[in-house]
Order: sequence, then C-alpha cells, then structure tokens
Amino acid sequence: MISRRVQYELAGRVVGPALMALQGAQRSLRGRRPRPDGPFGPPLEAGRKLKELMTVQYLQGRYADGAVPVAWATSGFPVEALRALGFYVHYPENHGALCGARRQVPEIAGVAEKAGYSADLCAYARTDLGSVLSSVTPVGRVPRPDLLACCTNICQTVLYWYRALAEHFKVPLVLIDTPYNYGEPKPHHLAYVKEQLAELVQAAERVGGRRLDSGELVEVLERSRQGTHLWRECLATGTRRPSPWTGFDGFIHMAPIVAMRGTEECNAYYRLLKDELEDRVARGVGGIKNERYRLLWDNLPIWYRIRELSTSFAEAGFNFVCTTYTNAWAETADLIRPEDPGGSGAEAYSLVLLNRDLPNRLRVMKGLAQQFGVQGAVLHSDRSCKPYSIGQLDLKERLAEEAHLKVVLLEADHADPRAFSEEQVKTRVQAFIESFA
Amino acid sequence: MSAPVAIGVDAGSTTWKAVAVDAEGVVVASLVEPADPRIEEQTARGLLALRAQTGAPAETPVGATGYGRKLVVASRALTEITCHARGAFTRMGRAGVLLDIGGQDTKVIRFGDGGEVQDFAMNDKCAAGTGRFLEVILARLRVSYDEAAGAVARAVKPVTVSSTCTVFAESEVVSLVARGEPLEGILRGLHQALATRVASLAGRVPEGRPLFMSGGVALNRAMVQSLGEALGRRLEVVPSPQLVGALGAAMSVLA
Repeated sequence: MISRRVQYELAGRVVGPALMALQGAQRSLRGRRPRPDGPFGPPLEAGRKLKELMTVQYLQGRYADGAVPVAWATSGFPVEALRALGFYVHYPENHGALCGARRQVPEIAGVAEKAGYSADLCAYARTDLGSVLSSVTPVGRVPRPDLLACCTNICQTVLYWYRALAEHFKVPLVLIDTPYNYGEPKPHHLAYVKEQLAELVQAAERVGGRRLDSGELVEVLERSRQGTHLWRECLATGTRRPSPWTGFDGFIHMAPIVAMRGTEECNAYYRLLKDELEDRVARGVGGIKNERYRLLWDNLPIWYRIRELSTSFAEAGFNFVCTTYTNAWAETADLIRPEDPGGSGAEAYSLVLLNRDLPNRLRVMKGLAQQFGVQGAVLHSDRSCKPYSIGQLDLKERLAEEAHLKVVLLEADHADPRAFSEEQVKTRVQAFIESFA
Repeated sequence: MSAPVAIGVDAGSTTWKAVAVDAEGVVVASLVEPADPRIEEQTARGLLALRAQTGAPAETPVGATGYGRKLVVASRALTEITCHARGAFTRMGRAGVLLDIGGQDTKVIRFGDGGEVQDFAMNDKCAAGTGRFLEVILARLRVSYDEAAGAVARAVKPVTVSSTCTVFAESEVVSLVARGEPLEGILRGLHQALATRVASLAGRVPEGRPLFMSGGVALNRAMVQSLGEALGRRLEVVPSPQLVGALGAAMSVLA
C-alpha cells in the first residue's frame, strides 16, 4: 500500500512533469515547426500546458488503485465530496472522447458489441465497456474502481451503463437520481436530490475509509465554483471580434472543467488560458485569420472530425464562437454556495442543460446567439446522445423564425465514425456556407 | 439556336446531366446519361459531345454540381442545393419551396426572390425516401416508371408497404407478390410510403408559398400525384426536372 502510494505520488509530481519537460526540451531542440499556411490564427500556447495536465492526470491514474480510493464518475456527477475524501476520479466519458479523437472507437466499442451490447447504445458507453472487457486504452492503463458514481442529470443511459460496470467490478454504485425539470425545478425534487447527496457522503466515507471533513468539502466546492467561473470567463472572450479562439478549441480545452473540476490544477490552468485569451483579444488575434461570420454549435463535437470540420468552416471565414456544450459547464457557477453544500449542490447539478426542457434549451441558444452575435447555427444531431438530439428539428425552426439564424442539421455521432457519412455531411456544410453568399 | 455561353454539369449519383445555356439562360442543348463511376472521363466525353452539338468554344465556362462536382474541371463547383434553387428559380421566376428527389438525396429547399437558398433539409444517412428506393424496387418487379404510373392510376386500393428501408421494403414487396396481392395496389402502396416519408421531411411548408418539384423522380407522374396527396398541396413540376441542377450550375457561371 505504501509503495503503491509512493508510485502514485511520484507519477503525479515527478515522473509526469519530468516526462513533459523532456518532451518540451526535445521540441525546442528540434526548433518550432513552421505552421502550415492554414486558415487559423496562431495556436494557443496554453495547449501545451493542457496536454501536460491531462497526460499527468492519466499517468497518475495508472498507479491510483491500491494507492488511493478510486471512483469512476459520470461527467455531471457532483464530484466535490469524492475529491474532499481523497478519491482519484476517473471519467469514462472523457476517456471515450479521447478514444474518439484518436479514432479508436470502432476497435474498442467493437469488443462491447461482440459481447452483446447494442450498436444503438451511446458510443461512450460502448467504448468504456469495450475498454473494460479488453483492457485496450490509449492511456496505458485505467485504474480499477472502488466506487461507481453515477448521476442521471445528463441521460438515463448512464444508469444502465454504470449498473453493468458495478456488476463487472463487484463494487458499490452510488446513484444520484435527478428528476427531469419541466419548467422551474420543484422544491420536492431538489429535496430528493439533496437527500441523495447526504447518502453519497456516507457511501463514499465507507469506501474511502475516512470521515468527510466539512472544511475540506467547503474548500473543494469553492474551487469548483471558481473553476466554473473561470471557464465562463474564458468562453466569454468569444463575444469579442474577432473571437480569440474557436468553439472547437473550446471542446479541447474543456477537459479540465469536466475531468478535474474542484482541483487547484484545474483553476490554475483556466487562469493561464484566460490570460492568454484576453491578451489575444487586446492584440486583435483571432482563432481564425479571417472571421467573416460567427456561428453557434449545438451538441457534442464530432471528436474524430474536429480538425476537418473546423478547417472547412474556417477556410470560408466561419468561426464557431460559442457552443451549447462548452457553455453547459459554465452555466451553473453561481448556483454553488460553499456554505450550503447540499442545497446548492442539488440545484447546481439538477439544473444542467440536459436535465431541463426544450423551452429552456431554446432560451439558452437564443441567449448565446444574441450575446455572441452569431448569424447561424449548426445543430449536430448526435446518434449517440439522444437526450441532446431530440427536439432539434423544432429548435431549428424556432431559431430560424425567432432569432433569424440560418440553421443546418448535421447527422453524425460524437465518437463512432461508423455513423458518419462523409459526403452527405460535406454537402450539407458546403450548402450551408454557400447560403451565406 | 442562339450560341451557348455557359455549360452546367450535374454529376449525380445515378445520372450524369449537362446543359448548355444561352445568355438568357435558355437551355439550347442537354445530355442525360446513367452515371459512370469514372466521372472525369464521362465528363470529358460528355462535354466534347455537347460542344460538338452546339458549336460552343472550348473556353465556355463550366459550372459543376452533384456528388462528383469536385472531379469535374469547372470554373465553379457548387452544391446541388444551391444549384437546384437557382435552376428552379430560373425556370419558375418566383420564390418557393422546392422538393428535389434525386438518386440518393431528398432535399427540401426554400428559396427567395433572387433564387437564393433560405433554408434546406435533407434526408439522413439512409437512402429511404430517395429515387434509389423506387428504382431498386421497380427493377425488382420488372416495371418501368411509365408502367408504374399507369399501374398506380389503375389501383383500386393501395396495399400497405410498411417499410421505407430500401432493403427491407424489397423483401416485403417480394412477399406481398408471393401472397398474391395485386401489383397495382403494391405499387400504389410503395408510392404512398415514399411520399409520406418525403412529406415528413418537408414538414410545414408555409401556406401561400408555391411548391415545386425537381429531380429525376419528378418524371414519375404517379410519384408527383402521391406527393401532392401526402402534402395536401398542388405540386408544380419544374419543366425538364432532371436538368434543374445542371441549369443552376450553368447559371452560376453565367456572366
């Protein structure tokens, strides 16, 4: 146990940073590669730090089991109590996104499909289950969980997915069930979620083998609130013209707010990113070189086509200056009140975008369109994410009529390229671009 | 015949079309051929024939559209959506909503007073509800488009074909035939299934907006009628519906 703990600490504090420093040194010895004459502005310097942060996070994860308690959590899980109890938290969805970006999903998800999981299931679920069954992962090794932490505020699939994990690993599953909000949240719903948060603490204490220090919880909550706030400030720089980055940059740089929320490393990273973005605003440096039109993106990114899609839009002078997905991680910052962990936690985690109705979604989209000054919107109808994709035909009509936006629907999948039809997407994108001429 | 000043090529998934237009946008010559996977060769051959027929000089600008547009050596390549809107506007002279049912795409395009695209919707990744659906099943039944139109008109009542998936509908139709259902009724059921599918894509077409139809499937009278019934609206078929995309492509390079 002690040696495992030493390995874990060394991986996070010494080996990871040293490896990254070595890579950095090699890069500077080779000299900076000239940037191809593409449509984008200079790359964000913070990108290197991000890579380092996520690499170290996953490297440390390799040695986490046996050293500290390990939880696997859904992206929308109220993670603060787990952090305060010293858990290492692994995010299967973030891991799935990584597999998607590395185009490894067909291989890994294929294992789950062979084991009987339907190809109609979310690609993140299939990728995670496939990775569990085959041990194939782009990060070397994923730590075995001691606790599974599932919150239904993002979808109902997670419930069945995490039950399958609980069955496989024979470890406890804590479920935070957040009733869907039609209109404003109902007090008895919030009370119900608050009760579950209290039960979560008890379960996590049992697994973690120690009592929760309420002072530590308040600190983590405060860091979560600050981190979410900083992320929101980063996103807000997109309101400037030109926007100092692209919505697709945002998809990459959202990793810490999803997977490291509540940690000081996360907040330090967003301070760095915010400074750089604000500096770019001051110097008039854009995410793309020639920003002629500004767009809104709805739903998850198409991880395996980010580069190609952003390039075809950027070449024609279109920049995604805001996305509902990155915004979802910045929306509930003000709801977290460290002095009222249960009550404010119930509110903050119940009122996430995907747990609210379509009128709210339309309101959020119209708000973003106005705040960021966009002329059009691309709605990604994501085969994997049904709760995010349902209602998009109506949203398309309403956005066109009420916000006077040009809107196009792209059918794809956030992680599984087998549900992506290259030529059809290209035609839609090009026709959408032509319609602005 | 006035001299052609622009050529439009529509290299579609099922057919290859080309038109030569004069300065007024009037089609002076046209060609329609089954699509050859070797698009570059087919285009070179087709353009040579079109030029020979019309006397158009080699430097006549060419506009390209369709799935193969990037393989056509052209002054300009635009999507079928933009070109169909422009072509339909050239022919009809007013704003409207266009249903274009092509080989593997079904599109609903709303265009304005200048022929510009205001909004569009397309079928998803599946070819259900496209020209290919009818083509596959009619071929299986060994019925031509013209025969189908007559048969649909004669049908006493439609036989329900529940599947709009091309693959499953094919086997469903085979079993209906085996069960002894009348061919006319099956054909009418097929047209209705396709029309319902397209109508759902068209969604709410605003009242007062003329509704046009283009694409090869518009040559099928039975389909036009079924679509009109499904939408509860009269459809105007753009003259020479198969050439509308190519015409739009030609108009895009007309100085």
